[in-house]
Amino acid sequence: MQVLAPVVDDLKEQASRFVRYLPRLWPLYVMVIPALIHLVLLSYYPMYGIRIAFQEYKPALGFAKSQWVGLKQFQLMLDNPSFWQIFRNTIVIATSKIVTLQFCAVILALLLNEVRKLFYKRSVQSLVYLPYFLSWIVLGGIMLEMLGSAGVVNQLLQRAGVEQPIIFLGNNRTFVPTLVASHLWQQVGWATILYLAALTSIDPQLLEAAAIDGAGRFQRVLYIILPGVLPTLLLVLCLDFGLLFNAAGFDQVLNLYNPAVYSTGDILDTWIYREGLLGARFSLATAVGLVRSVLGLILIVVSLRLISRFTDYQVY
Amino acid sequence: MNRAERRGIGSRVFDIFNHTFLLVLGLSCVIPLIHLLALSFSDRAAATGGLVTLWPVRPTSITYEKVLEAGVFLNAFWISVIRTVIGTTLQMTLVVLISFPLSKNKEEMPFRNIIMGSVVFAYLFNGGLIPWFLVIRKLGMLNTIWALIIPQALPLWNVILMMNFFRRVPKELEEASIIDGATYWQILLHVYLPISVPALATLTLFGAVGHWNAWFDGMILIADRDLIPLQTFLRTVVVKMDMNEFMRNPEDFDMFSDRSLRAAQTLVTVVPILVVYPFLQRYFVSGITLGALKG
Repeated sequence: MQVLAPVVDDLKEQASRFVRYLPRLWPLYVMVIPALIHLVLLSYYPMYGIRIAFQEYKPALGFAKSQWVGLKQFQLMLDNPSFWQIFRNTIVIATSKIVTLQFCAVILALLLNEVRKLFYKRSVQSLVYLPYFLSWIVLGGIMLEMLGSAGVVNQLLQRAGVEQPIIFLGNNRTFVPTLVASHLWQQVGWATILYLAALTSIDPQLLEAAAIDGAGRFQRVLYIILPGVLPTLLLVLCLDFGLLFNAAGFDQVLNLYNPAVYSTGDILDTWIYREGLLGARFSLATAVGLVRSVLGLILIVVSLRLISRFTDYQVY
Repeated sequence: MNRAERRGIGSRVFDIFNHTFLLVLGLSCVIPLIHLLALSFSDRAAATGGLVTLWPVRPTSITYEKVLEAGVFLNAFWISVIRTVIGTTLQMTLVVLISFPLSKNKEEMPFRNIIMGSVVFAYLFNGGLIPWFLVIRKLGMLNTIWALIIPQALPLWNVILMMNFFRRVPKELEEASIIDGATYWQILLHVYLPISVPALATLTLFGAVGHWNAWFDGMILIADRDLIPLQTFLRTVVVKMDMNEFMRNPEDFDMFSDRSLRAAQTLVTVVPILVVYPFLQRYFVSGITLGALKG
C-alpha cells in the first residue's frame, strides 16, 4: 500500500481542486459525458463480456449467468489444428502486405519526387490516391469481375497465348499473392504521403552542394534523399507491425476468399466471424478473439515504446 | 545554374521511363472503373462474350434503368445517405465534445488523465467481435438504423487526433476570453471551433467516407431488408452474386448480362465517393499528419 500513497495523495489533491473549481469547470465534465457513456457501453461493456471465453455461453443466460468452464475453450483452440494454420496465415499475409507496401511506397515517393513538372506530379497523385477511398466491396466486386475465368484479365492472357485461364482467387498458390498485390494497388498511393512529406524537409542546399561536388542524380538519391526518408520508413514499419493483426485485412479477405483457399487465406478475424457468429460458437470465438486482442496489445505497446524511445513522435 | 543543361543522356532516359511508368500506374487505378463503365453500358452478347474492354459495345442504358427501378437498390442507397449524414454528425459532435476537455492538462481539469487513460486503453484493447456483437444485441440495437450509427459514433483514433490539434491552439487566445468572463462553452464555440475548421473538415470527410463504405455492420447487425445499407446490399450482388432482386422478369436477361448489372450497381455506389474526392484531396496531407506530431 506504501507504493500507492503518492497516487492516492494525487487523487485527493485533484478531488479537492475538482470540488473547489467545479462552478467554473463543470462544462468540461458535461462535455465528456456523452462520449463516456459510449465508451462504457460499447468499449468497456464488451470487455466485461470477455468473461464468456471462460464460460459455456448460453444466449438465454447471458454474460453473467453462463456456466464457468475454466480454460476449456483455450484447450479446444490449441487442440484445433486449423487454429495454428490460421495463426500462421494471419502473420504471413500481414507481414507480406506490410513489407511489400512500404517498400513500394518509398520507391514510388522517390519516383514522384523526381518529376519536375508539378502538374504532371499532381495528376498522377490524384489517380493513385483514388483506390484508397473505395470499399473492399467495390474493389472485391471489380476483382471478382476482372479476375474470373471469363473476366477481362483472362481474356487478355488468352490472347497473349496463355491457354488455361488462371483462377487467381480460387487456388492456394495464387490467392495470397493476389491479396498482397491488390492491397498494394489500393494503398500504395496513399502510403507515399508520409514519405513525400519527409522529402520536403530535406535541405535543398545539401542537394546543391552534392551536385556541385559532382554527385550524379542517382548518387544524390542514394546518399541524400534515401537516408532522408529512412527514419519515416522505420517509424511506419514499427507502427504497422504494432497493428499486425489488423494488417491482415479482414475486409479484403472476407470479400475475396472462398472455401477452396481456406488453407492459405483464412485469417483469425475471418475465422472468428465464421465460427463465432455464423457457427454460433460464441465462447470459443471469444477465446480466440481474446488471444488476438492480448497479443495485439503487447505488439502495439512495444512498438509505441520503441517509437517514443528513438524519436520525438508521440501518439498521445 | 541551368538544370536542364547539366543533364546527361542517362538522366533524360530515366525521366522518360519514370514519366511513362507513373502514367501507367496512375491509369491502372482508374482503368478498372472505366472497364466497369464500359461493361455496364454494353449489351448482353458483348458482355457475356467478353468483348468489352474500355468502350461500350452496342451501347444501351437498360441496366441503369433496371437498377433505378429496383426498389431495394434505391432504398439501400437512401439508408446509406441517412446513416452517413446522421452518423457523421453524431460522430463529430461526440469527438469534439470529448477532445476539448481532454486537451486541457490535469492541473486545469482534475481527473483528466484518468479519462484520457480510459480512452487510450479502449483504443489499444477491445473485447473482440463476439462480445461486441452480443452487447449490441443486448442493447436492443439489432435491426434498427441505430445499429449503423451508434457503434461507430466514437472513433477513438479521431479523439486522439482532435485532442492533439486542440492542444496546439495558442493558450493566449483562451486566456484573453477567460479574462473577459467567457465560459468553457463559449471558448469551445467561439475560440476553438473557428480555428479548427481544417481539422474538422478533414475528420468529417473521412468520417463520411467511412460511413458510406461501411458494410460489415449492415451484414451482421441488420436482417430487415428495408434497413440494409448500400454497401451491404452491393455485397450480396457482387460478392455473393445473388441476382434474385432483379430476376423478376426472366425475359430481361435476354437484353443485358448480369455482369453489366453488377457493374452498373458498383458504379452507382462509387459515385458519391467520386463527388467528394476533390474535397478529400485538399485534406489528404492534413488528414494523415493531423495531430500525429507534436514537439
